[in-house]
Amino acid sequence: MKVLVGIKRVIDYNVRVQINREGTDVVKEGVKMSINPFDEIAVEAALRIREAGQADEVIVATIGPGAAQQQLRTALAMGADRAILLETDREIQPLAAARALMKLVEKEQPGLVLLGKQAIDDDANQVGQMLAAQWDRPQATFISGLDLSDGKLKAVREVDAGLETVEVSLPAVLTVDLRLNEPRFVKMPDIMKAKRKPLETIAFDSIGIDMPPQLENLGYEAPPKRSGGVRVDSVEALVAALNDKGVL
Amino acid sequence: MATVLLLAEHDGETLNVSTARAMRCAMALGEVDVVVLGAGTDGVAEQASRLEGARRVLHVDRPENAHPVAAVMAPQLASLASEYDVLLAPSSTFGRDILPRVAALLGVPQISDIMEVIDERTFKRPIYAGNVITTVRVPGDCKIIGTARIASFAAVAGAQAPAAVESIQVEADLPTDTVWIGLEASGGDRPDLQSANRVVAGGRGIGSKENFDLIFRLADRLGAAVGASRAAVDAGYVPNDMQIGQTGKIIAPDLYIAFGISGAIQHMTGIKDAGVIVAINKDGEAPIFEAADIGLVGDLFQILPELEKALGD
Ligand SMILES: Cc1cc2nc3c(=O)[nH]c(=O)nc-3n(C[C@H](O)[C@H](O)[C@H](O)COP(=O)(O)OP(=O)(O)OC[C@H]3O[C@@H](n4cnc5c(N)ncnc54)[C@H](O)[C@@H]3O)c2cc1C
Ligand SMILES: Nc1ncnc2c1ncn2[C@@H]1O[C@H](COP(=O)(O)O)[C@@H](O)[C@H]1O
Repeated sequence: MKVLVGIKRVIDYNVRVQINREGTDVVKEGVKMSINPFDEIAVEAALRIREAGQADEVIVATIGPGAAQQQLRTALAMGADRAILLETDREIQPLAAARALMKLVEKEQPGLVLLGKQAIDDDANQVGQMLAAQWDRPQATFISGLDLSDGKLKAVREVDAGLETVEVSLPAVLTVDLRLNEPRFVKMPDIMKAKRKPLETIAFDSIGIDMPPQLENLGYEAPPKRSGGVRVDSVEALVAALNDKGVL
Repeated sequence: MATVLLLAEHDGETLNVSTARAMRCAMALGEVDVVVLGAGTDGVAEQASRLEGARRVLHVDRPENAHPVAAVMAPQLASLASEYDVLLAPSSTFGRDILPRVAALLGVPQISDIMEVIDERTFKRPIYAGNVITTVRVPGDCKIIGTARIASFAAVAGAQAPAAVESIQVEADLPTDTVWIGLEASGGDRPDLQSANRVVAGGRGIGSKENFDLIFRLADRLGAAVGASRAAVDAGYVPNDMQIGQTGKIIAPDLYIAFGISGAIQHMTGIKDAGVIVAINKDGEAPIFEAADIGLVGDLFQILPELEKALGD
């Protein structure tokens, strides 16, 4: 069985994101870029499935600019077997990303697709569900546990009410939450080895997807700032301040 | 006037308050019908009929709808949505799981986490963990599909007279390859985090599961719900459904008190709609103080019992 993992190149989660002067985009030049943290967990989960003898190959794929090769190389260094870049400089929103991933699903016929539950740039939380719909296969989203045996997969989902368990037959799409695992550290020799692993680049415009309608971006702004508060120096003063605000 | 179909969230017995909040967003977009998918859910349909703004309630009651399985619900919603200009759901894990699946079946983009309606096709939504707000417009004559960020909309009131409930059947092939096994709810009888007026939360600084009792005791005194940072959940102090933030719950209580939470952006995005934010942290430089209305620098193990006592009389 092959496992396909979708990863996205995003601004690192530690960066304080700035909006450009024109309010037309966020500043991306000179800013640290990383694999979306959820996707790193998806890669780790795929590697563990392969290491448990339940899959033979882990393929990582991204839709993005040429520079996203860096993130694919990192995933290869973690242990993925090969990588595919669907290269484009266009903005690719979730429905288009899902259609592109569907093309790869048709080509590679994976038994399992692992994605992050959301990309921390657009915070859309859509691609996995959309891919599952197009593929007409089950989905298990926001998972923090998985157990695979006999072509069935039991997944634990983090939902607002607690932890939900579902069983899906394969192939299926999973989207992973942060508590599923802790991704491994990449070691120096692995980075060297990853340079020799196959990384295929395909022009996004050549894969023949029906480009879906996309949302128009009319601008970016900073969220309203909370005005500065007060410091108190004792519990007594805290209670007084709370009374002042009328919240007790 | 545009027609809106609002997907109701419920647990089989009770309509979730997220529905009444999403209704506020739906009413800004047009005339609203509420759809209840469930099994043996006459009671839920009846509650939905009492929401202000509900024109009718469509009730699709069948055994397959006993649990919220996206692969089962999405084709039904895609079929029903064909009659509407807008399909909306609360941006809870329930809505986030199902709605993109419907959007893909219909081949239209989805607006996640609508926080403000600018006009019938234009919306504001948060990105980058709430550090940036973007304004997006749905192009052309695309159907509008979106989830409403629960904390951004106040719940609507009850209706004067209940709306009509129509039991309907939907033609759709429903898959059977997803089996719902169970839900482990930590629940209890404490106030619900997403609707409580007051929330007391603890972070890594609490140090252990046992120490979290201090937080629970103060919460009980205040009639507050209990929340936590991701670090506290990861460390096993409290269950996942208490996590507040980018990947947890987004809340908007009148009062939020944080003990031993540093104030990472991923946490702050979950609380910035709170009325009054109080931070207690021993590190005066902790970023949470930048957003706190009231800050107290000190050891939480000293302050928590003192505060509990001070509020006792
Ligand atoms: C993709 C992604 C998503 C994330 N989503 C979330 C999310 O949804 N919610 C979330 O909360 N985090 C989230 N995080 C994690 C976030 O970045 C922080 O790591 C986390 O919020 C830190 O939790 P904390 O403040 O409890 O712990 P710490 O940052 O370790 O802070 C502990 C604080 O306790 C104080 N303290 C210690 N002892 C005492 C004492 N005795 N008295 C008083 N104060 C004390 C310390 O001074 C410190 O400020 C996410 C991270 C990523 C990468
Ligand atoms: N451009 C992309 N290339 C590859 N995978 C992607 C891309 N965009 C999103 N994904 C995957 O879909 C998940 C959810 O993204 P989103 O729906 O945009 O929040 C991500 O965590 C990735 O696993």
